[in-house]
Amino acid sequence: MSDTPMIDQLETGPWPSFIKDIKRMAAKNAMCKDLLGLLEMSYKDKKTHWKHGGIVGVRGYGGGIIGRYSDSPEKFPNVSHFHTVRVNQPSAWFYNTGALRYLCDLWEKHGSGLTNLHGSTGDFIMLGTTTDHLEDIFTDLSEHGWDLGGSGSDVRTPSCCNGMARCEFACYDTMNLCYDLTNEYQDELHRPAFPYKFKFKMSGCPNDCVASIARSDCSIIGTWRDDIQQDNAAITEYAKGGKVDIANDVVAKCPTGCMSWDGSKLSIDNKNCNRCMHCINVMPKALRPGKDKGAMILLGAKAPIVQGALLSSVLVPFIKMEPPYEEFKDLIRRIWEFWDEHGENRERIGEMIVRIGKGNFVEEVGLEPTPAMIKEPRSNPYIFYEEYFDEE
Amino acid sequence: MAAPKRKTDIGPPHYEQMLHPMVKKNYGKWKYHEKVKPGVLMHVSETGDKLYTIRAASSRLVSIEKIRDYCNLADKYCDGYLRFTSRNNVEFMTDKEANIQPIIDELAKMGQPVGGTGNSISNIVHTQGWVHCHSSATDASGVVKATMDELIDYFTSMTLPAHLRIAVACCLNMCGAVHCSDIAILGIHRTPPTIDNDKLANMCEIPSTVASCPKAAIRPKVVAGKKTVEVVEDLCMYCGNCYTVCPAMPIANPLNDGISIWVGGKVSNSRTAPMFSKLAIPYLPNNPPRWPEVTSAVKNIVETYAKDAKKYERVGEWIGRIGWQKFFEKTGLEFTKYHIDDYTLASSTYNSSTHVKF
Ligand code: HEM
Ligand code: HEM
Ligand code: SF4
Ligand code: SF4
Ligand code: SF4
Ligand code: SF4
Repeated sequence: MSDTPMIDQLETGPWPSFIKDIKRMAAKNAMCKDLLGLLEMSYKDKKTHWKHGGIVGVRGYGGGIIGRYSDSPEKFPNVSHFHTVRVNQPSAWFYNTGALRYLCDLWEKHGSGLTNLHGSTGDFIMLGTTTDHLEDIFTDLSEHGWDLGGSGSDVRTPSCCNGMARCEFACYDTMNLCYDLTNEYQDELHRPAFPYKFKFKMSGCPNDCVASIARSDCSIIGTWRDDIQQDNAAITEYAKGGKVDIANDVVAKCPTGCMSWDGSKLSIDNKNCNRCMHCINVMPKALRPGKDKGAMILLGAKAPIVQGALLSSVLVPFIKMEPPYEEFKDLIRRIWEFWDEHGENRERIGEMIVRIGKGNFVEEVGLEPTPAMIKEPRSNPYIFYEEYFDEE
Repeated sequence: MAAPKRKTDIGPPHYEQMLHPMVKKNYGKWKYHEKVKPGVLMHVSETGDKLYTIRAASSRLVSIEKIRDYCNLADKYCDGYLRFTSRNNVEFMTDKEANIQPIIDELAKMGQPVGGTGNSISNIVHTQGWVHCHSSATDASGVVKATMDELIDYFTSMTLPAHLRIAVACCLNMCGAVHCSDIAILGIHRTPPTIDNDKLANMCEIPSTVASCPKAAIRPKVVAGKKTVEVVEDLCMYCGNCYTVCPAMPIANPLNDGISIWVGGKVSNSRTAPMFSKLAIPYLPNNPPRWPEVTSAVKNIVETYAKDAKKYERVGEWIGRIGWQKFFEKTGLEFTKYHIDDYTLASSTYNSSTHVKF
């Protein structure tokens, strides 16, 4: 009988099987063989057999490696140490096969041969090696033009959607900004010095395909200020033969009620459109974002730990996003300075903003309050007025 | 021997090296796209160029052998270029329409179904689970595999009312940020850590263990002359932070750990604003290797939604229209006191109106 009867059951079925993949590697890598054994034990015991056990890393860097140790080194000695190496991915996960083959060869030499494509932050994740390989891996990577990603209280590896490379909706060059910021903030990325982690994610339009509004401290989402570009011939083509039911599927679904359709002509009251993307998504051949493009900056998303989850909220409704991105970087500098001074240990920036009040934060980083920053004004009357009159 | 050239702070390779010549040529010039069929997109440029993308499922955990298979395929049909998506799918791009079918056929031979475009269920974003994390309350890769085996027909077609996004996280830390998914599958611990009083002082530093708890539930204590800690159970929210710092406080509890299901979140801004997922099922047992309770619960929600939602309605928009009363009625899910929030801002979730359906 097989040593791993439980996980073997995950080899069947139409979806790609990670167990098959680990087994394939196990034929030539002892770590993978022991990983299968350890995993089978978890499936039997219904509990994890990993533990945390000390920080590991490479010389000069404070992030990029996650230490991982098993609780059963006697039974499975080859995975007693099984650290993760986060390799900073190229923008939007485009690769040439030479680059991928290089990473594979390196990982064959120095680790388990297992990867995650990709981690939740976006990194190319090499899963499972021992401390003695780390310096060699890093040296080899850097000789070949690669670097590690972030971990701990630092700038995490920025990530972005494929934007202008393959999407007509992109309102700014996400891939260029991602590359530019990653390089601009190398020191902040490799040497944790913040109160807590800080993530940048970049989506080219409000569809937000990289979920930046839910998963990043700083969400940079493309948008436009002028009118939706409208190709009336293409609209007629969609309408003809009922390809799209414009009245019901487009106009009736418009959340702002700013569209009308008289059976042959589509009109958009662009001043009242909130750039939700619905109509554009339904008729990409006929409608496109406008020409005066840029991005919206939103701040503060985080997972629930500890005080509850937050979505990012609007800080700057519109900013032009063109290299060298000076205005944006200047804003980030002011935000970090304030966070450095006022953030508490392990407090995400979103939590700090809630603690000190968004109004105060906006003022401190040198911005003007606008209604675009809120869903509604306060309903509680406890206003802390900072100015009042004295009798002279 | 010369010391190896060790460079730091160089960042990732420039993306331009990674782009297919046709992508580079039409960068920023794309005009529109069409979904040719499930899993196949056609992007048309202002220059008239056409680029075909074939999107295939991939397990997030892949071996270098599988990556080399992908490379071979990309060398054969895509001039040596490929990419991965934000949901861990793999994409092959070609400028030749004739290459589409051969790529699909070869992917089928490799066991990688093609799909995940448009109104489908795309790949499940997920975390490490028992494969690599000390915090995990369940496995992630195994739950994903079991769930997608059940839902495969929704990946390879585009028949749902709208996109449906599923995510798995193996503990409350939610590394995959599952909290804005149409359906979120979340591993949960339900009991405080156990404390190994004998070993704790040797294995852990007591002040940092005390400081690790976000709820200040850990206090120093002396038991039988040994320095250790105690946990105020009423304060503990089972986050496992203490176990990260102190291996003598394991949080895993096979009898009680399990899975909760959350629904109705979304990230995109289309029509409605992004929203959080809300609790649908507070607890399902951990039942490896195929988690039948979890997969059938997810399938029930998907099928109820598919039948009842209007075109373009995401799960959260559908529930927004019919109301939570009807959601529980139509799915047949039990409503319990656990569904009523008692954490920060709970009162904003109470119904302060007379809007009730009978
Ligand atoms: C305070 C909350 C969190 C804690 C304590 C935490 C802890 C951890 C730990 C221990 C691991 C290691 C798993 C392994 O062994 O490979 C991990 C992995 C990871 N976490 Fe978190 N995490 C938290 C929240 C998040 C969030 C919100 C995100 C992103 C949105 C995130 C992104 C990642 C990524 C990218 C990995 C690498 C592996 C993967 O992608 O699954 N983490 N986290
Ligand atoms: C028809 C309009 C849309 C177009 C042209 C479009 C385009 C894209 C592109 C190019 C990607 C690959 C992104 C990457 O990995 O960098 C993508 C992925 C994704 N998009 Fe969109 N998007 C559209 C609408 C939406 C909408 C409305 C949503 C959400 C409701 C959405 C959610 C996603 C998600 C979740 C992914 C990950 C896909 C996967 O790997 O399966 N998209 N989209
Ligand atoms: S976020 Fe917008 S620009 Fe980026 S890939 Fe998605 S639809 Fe395209
Ligand atoms: S983008 Fe949204 S709000 Fe604007 S016109 Fe289209 S559907 Fe209406
Ligand atoms: S969600 Fe929890 S268990 Fe899963 S990888 Fe993140 S910290 Fe580990
Ligand atoms: S599990 Fe979390 S809340 Fe409970 S004692 Fe440990 S650190 Fe504190």
